[in-house]
Amino acid sequence: MKTDLLVVGGGIAGITAAVEAAEVGKDVILIEREHYLGGRVVQLHRYFPKICPPTCGLEINFRRIRQNPKITVLTGAEATKIDGKSGAYTAEINIEPRYVTEACTNCGDCVEPCEVEVDDSFNFGLTKAKAIRLANDNPYPNRYFIDSSAVNDPNMKKLVDLCPVKAINLDMKGEIVSIEAKSVIYTTGWEPYDANNLEGLNFGTLPNVVTNMMFERMTATAVNEESKVVRPSDSADVNKIAFVQCAGSRDRNHLPYCSAICCMASLKQTRYIREQYPDAEIHVFFIDARTPGRWEDFYQSVQDDEKTIIHRGKVAKIEDAGSGDVTVIAENTLTGNLEKVTVGMTVLATGMVPNAKTNKPLLESKQDEFGFIWPGGVIAAGVATGPKDVAGSNQDATAAVAKSMQDMVEV
Amino acid sequence: MDTKVGIYLCSGCNIKDTIDLEELKSTIDDDINFVELAEDELVCGDFVEKIRTDIKEKELNRVIIGACSGRYFPERFDFGPDVMVDRVPLRELVAWTLDRKDYDEMCEENDWDEDEHPIHELAADYLRMASARVENSEPPTPVDEEVSRDVLVVGGGVSGMSAALASARAGYKVNLVEKDSELGGMVRNFKMVFPSEPPFEKPATPPIAELAEEVNSNENIKVFTSSTVAKTTGQPGQFDVTVKNGSGEESLRVGAIVQATGWVPYEPEKLADKYGYGNLQNVLTSFELEKMVSNGGIKKTSDGKAPSSVAIVHCAGSRDKDHLAYCSAVCCRTALKQAIYIREQLPDTDVYLLYKDIRSPGVYEQFYEAVQQVEGIYLTKGEVVGVEANGDGVKVSLDETLLGESMTVESDMLVLATGMKPTTRLEGELSDLELDTIPDAGEVDEEEDKKEFPNSDTLNLQYMQGPDLPKLKYGFTDSHFICFPYETKRTGIYAAGTVRAPMDISAARTDGYGAALKAIQAMEQADRGLAVHPRSGDASFPDFFLQRCTQCKRCTQECPFGTLDEDEKGTPKPNPLRCRRCGICMGACPERIISFSNYSPNMVSQMIKSIEIPDEDEEKRRILCFVCENDAMPALDIAAIHGKKLPYTVRIIPVRCIGSVNTIWLADALSNGFDGVMLMGCQRGDDYQCHFIRGSELAKTRMKNVKEKLEQLVLEPERVRIESVEISDWQKAAGMINDFAEEIEDLDQNPYKGF
Repeated sequence: MKTDLLVVGGGIAGITAAVEAAEVGKDVILIEREHYLGGRVVQLHRYFPKICPPTCGLEINFRRIRQNPKITVLTGAEATKIDGKSGAYTAEINIEPRYVTEACTNCGDCVEPCEVEVDDSFNFGLTKAKAIRLANDNPYPNRYFIDSSAVNDPNMKKLVDLCPVKAINLDMKGEIVSIEAKSVIYTTGWEPYDANNLEGLNFGTLPNVVTNMMFERMTATAVNEESKVVRPSDSADVNKIAFVQCAGSRDRNHLPYCSAICCMASLKQTRYIREQYPDAEIHVFFIDARTPGRWEDFYQSVQDDEKTIIHRGKVAKIEDAGSGDVTVIAENTLTGNLEKVTVGMTVLATGMVPNAKTNKPLLESKQDEFGFIWPGGVIAAGVATGPKDVAGSNQDATAAVAKSMQDMVEV
Repeated sequence: MDTKVGIYLCSGCNIKDTIDLEELKSTIDDDINFVELAEDELVCGDFVEKIRTDIKEKELNRVIIGACSGRYFPERFDFGPDVMVDRVPLRELVAWTLDRKDYDEMCEENDWDEDEHPIHELAADYLRMASARVENSEPPTPVDEEVSRDVLVVGGGVSGMSAALASARAGYKVNLVEKDSELGGMVRNFKMVFPSEPPFEKPATPPIAELAEEVNSNENIKVFTSSTVAKTTGQPGQFDVTVKNGSGEESLRVGAIVQATGWVPYEPEKLADKYGYGNLQNVLTSFELEKMVSNGGIKKTSDGKAPSSVAIVHCAGSRDKDHLAYCSAVCCRTALKQAIYIREQLPDTDVYLLYKDIRSPGVYEQFYEAVQQVEGIYLTKGEVVGVEANGDGVKVSLDETLLGESMTVESDMLVLATGMKPTTRLEGELSDLELDTIPDAGEVDEEEDKKEFPNSDTLNLQYMQGPDLPKLKYGFTDSHFICFPYETKRTGIYAAGTVRAPMDISAARTDGYGAALKAIQAMEQADRGLAVHPRSGDASFPDFFLQRCTQCKRCTQECPFGTLDEDEKGTPKPNPLRCRRCGICMGACPERIISFSNYSPNMVSQMIKSIEIPDEDEEKRRILCFVCENDAMPALDIAAIHGKKLPYTVRIIPVRCIGSVNTIWLADALSNGFDGVMLMGCQRGDDYQCHFIRGSELAKTRMKNVKEKLEQLVLEPERVRIESVEISDWQKAAGMINDFAEEIEDLDQNPYKGF
């Protein structure tokens, strides 16, 4: 396949880069590792500060993709090799089988008969999912797929004949696609910092200690089921909750940098709770509240909530307080005094780790010790270049297309 | 042109289990004009080839696909620009949302024949509506105009120079207009800047000289210094710009504009009461300290001696509802940088940083850490509650410190880290005022109309809706700032840098590049005669039948994008390349003289008329639903996948935006015997989600007028409803329709039925 631009990573930055370049008139191939586009933002319940659903902007972008023949999207696709230079790159893309062909009409007749369930990684394992499913409420591509961990389960076989259009192929093989591109943009995004590393905060041992990304899924799932978010251990109402900022961030032992968005993300999450529990007591533990620009308005509005209490201090410990409750212990950085608050559940604001840290770019790149990609090598955008929010990622991705245009100038 | 219609019905995906397709075909035979009618169990499969063959052999120019929603397989049903395709979602709006069994029972109870079966009536109506749609529209032809592909960048600071370089390096010619005698903008006043790349230890050299050199030596860039923009007219691809300087005026034709006019420091005079600026000795701003550092060193203004201590107050006049309510995002890091300056120039001087929160986001945390290691720099969290004279120095009182008590800090000099004001923010503006107010639909306020728009004289747009890019809060130019950060309300004009949000130098460089890309894209789309975001690629544009225009001005006022200008009489002057094709003007026009070739008042009226209203004695209600195709329609699609049911009484017409719904259609529906009409659009208000900014808001205003009219007609105002729905609220979307249908069931039938 020949194209002007290859975009590696189909999260919000990659989607933006692809769409913006295609609307200039460039041919674009967008590759994404998962079987759906959207990356991390699809897992979010709402965006700050408008508290609006990510699907809204994604649907517009998906429509732009659907209607634009200049964009080719490859999902389940990972680059294994990229070589070349400005104006002449070659790439090899490994495409994982989806086990459902393009004949699929989305009729959904396969779902109910499917007896095999798997841990739903989209929901961070909080729920089980059918082995054959749509990736989310409004996926792109809007087509079923089979979870690769279940494809060999003998119970999957009967689905093959049940499909009215014979779209299920359990023997589907992966393939390798070769691409020639004039330019490449890396938008490989991030993953949440592993909260299991946070000694003392007891994530993984106390069930009512969850991460901010888990809390997004818990809320979205609850809202979809037209119910309220409840604490994991006993499905009890959330009457008292704590948000722990910088869980592993701005911390030499974990992530020395600030992830830039977690303050706003937690403030946003206090709104989720307030919407569902008008009387809940909400505690937020900050070192510094980082709400730059107009976000300050949002911080102010949260401070105006009488039952939201802002604490200053770094949370050092979270302890079991019995019957599912947990005690959050924060240390005043100046006096060393300890402050203790017992709540029903706790949300850890964990930070962003660039995927490029472990999955290094295949082209020459300048990376810092944390894995973020700096100018001077491969063109990159989004959280691959530093922690940022959705607007910042889109800004960065649009700018990256301007840079990549230089690779496409006819000499 | 004569229409030749092919109708293709799909029986797959449970459609044939719900809909009696033989009965449906017989109704189509009777009611619809077509050349070809065929059915298949998988219309989206190989059958597409048959459709292609029919188009060729039978010269079809209209194709109606009665199958799944148009959000599936659009590429398979794209038969080129000359063949109009209408997708009738029999699957999502009939088969998946109605239970055959329920309605079979209903038929038995009422002794209805198959052609009176509620499901048959629904499916038949949707096909008649599709026929009315394709019979009353033409494929659009793109605007064909000669366009310029040169970019104009206004403002020669970091973001402006970056925008110019990005465009030039991508192969486009650029005109860069800077009001000062040299390039560089505000950063020119900085000796050093805070570091923006590893290692984040020391202040860095400003990138200005390097950028200016690159700009001046790039042959694609023409620089106009000591110049301003006196006038801008036209539309994307055809902007005519008058650049003015001491020696005269020059006219330029450009294709797109980047506004990078930057910021000015917040006026410190306003901080006299709170921080003693102007009243107390040795109180200065961080901006003034910067100049002092560049011009011979840090000295007390009172006696020219070096201060033995300096306090820097963060957020001086920022995050403060009496001054700038927002955070300027860079002042913390500027203060950290200045603390280093002071220690470098005056190694014995103590520096106190008095902050509310230290904001060093992302990897800049490393700079904060580095400064914390510097001896003699003391960080104190607190809220400054007072500044008083202490000799020729100051005594600063702080509250809410980490110790939980009040304290005072004495210093020889006080530096106020003041914030950034966008150059578009005008004096006298209330900080929380949304400048771009929405006029009441249908009511032109003569006073409001005459009131001058606040003018920042940066672009001097000769637009009916004012000379500036519309502003969001606090004077920053912006719109749709989460998902589509560059989209402004003036097509082809993009803001970059600190004029649209407080940002640092790195971000401003990136922003210049991003805005340049959008400018390039706008020119290329203008060249193709196609719309830009959000209806990117749309070739349709509104046609005005001006002979019947009554100069009511609603279209010119209500267009969210300032597309229309006016002549002296108030007749609208269209600028098709500014148009975003939302149809809000069409919804606004009481004379029905605005139409697109493929979306018009007549087309929708004909669709409404094509719906059969059952006889009164059948007691079957009919409800018309205008549904926004951006969010509400996909929400209903998702609801259908989840098996959410819809009432048999509802007929849905997707619209580009509910702001494009003309109240005439409501009148048509009610006079045709519909029992209720509902509009479903996006969220309104401050946190609006309407992709056309005010469409949803305008529709709401218009509904007020409709309700008044209903009362005059002695019809219950409850017959008309408007709802906001988010795409993720698919459960609620179906519920809203069901609730409305139930309420309409409780009302008497529309008395106009049968007239």
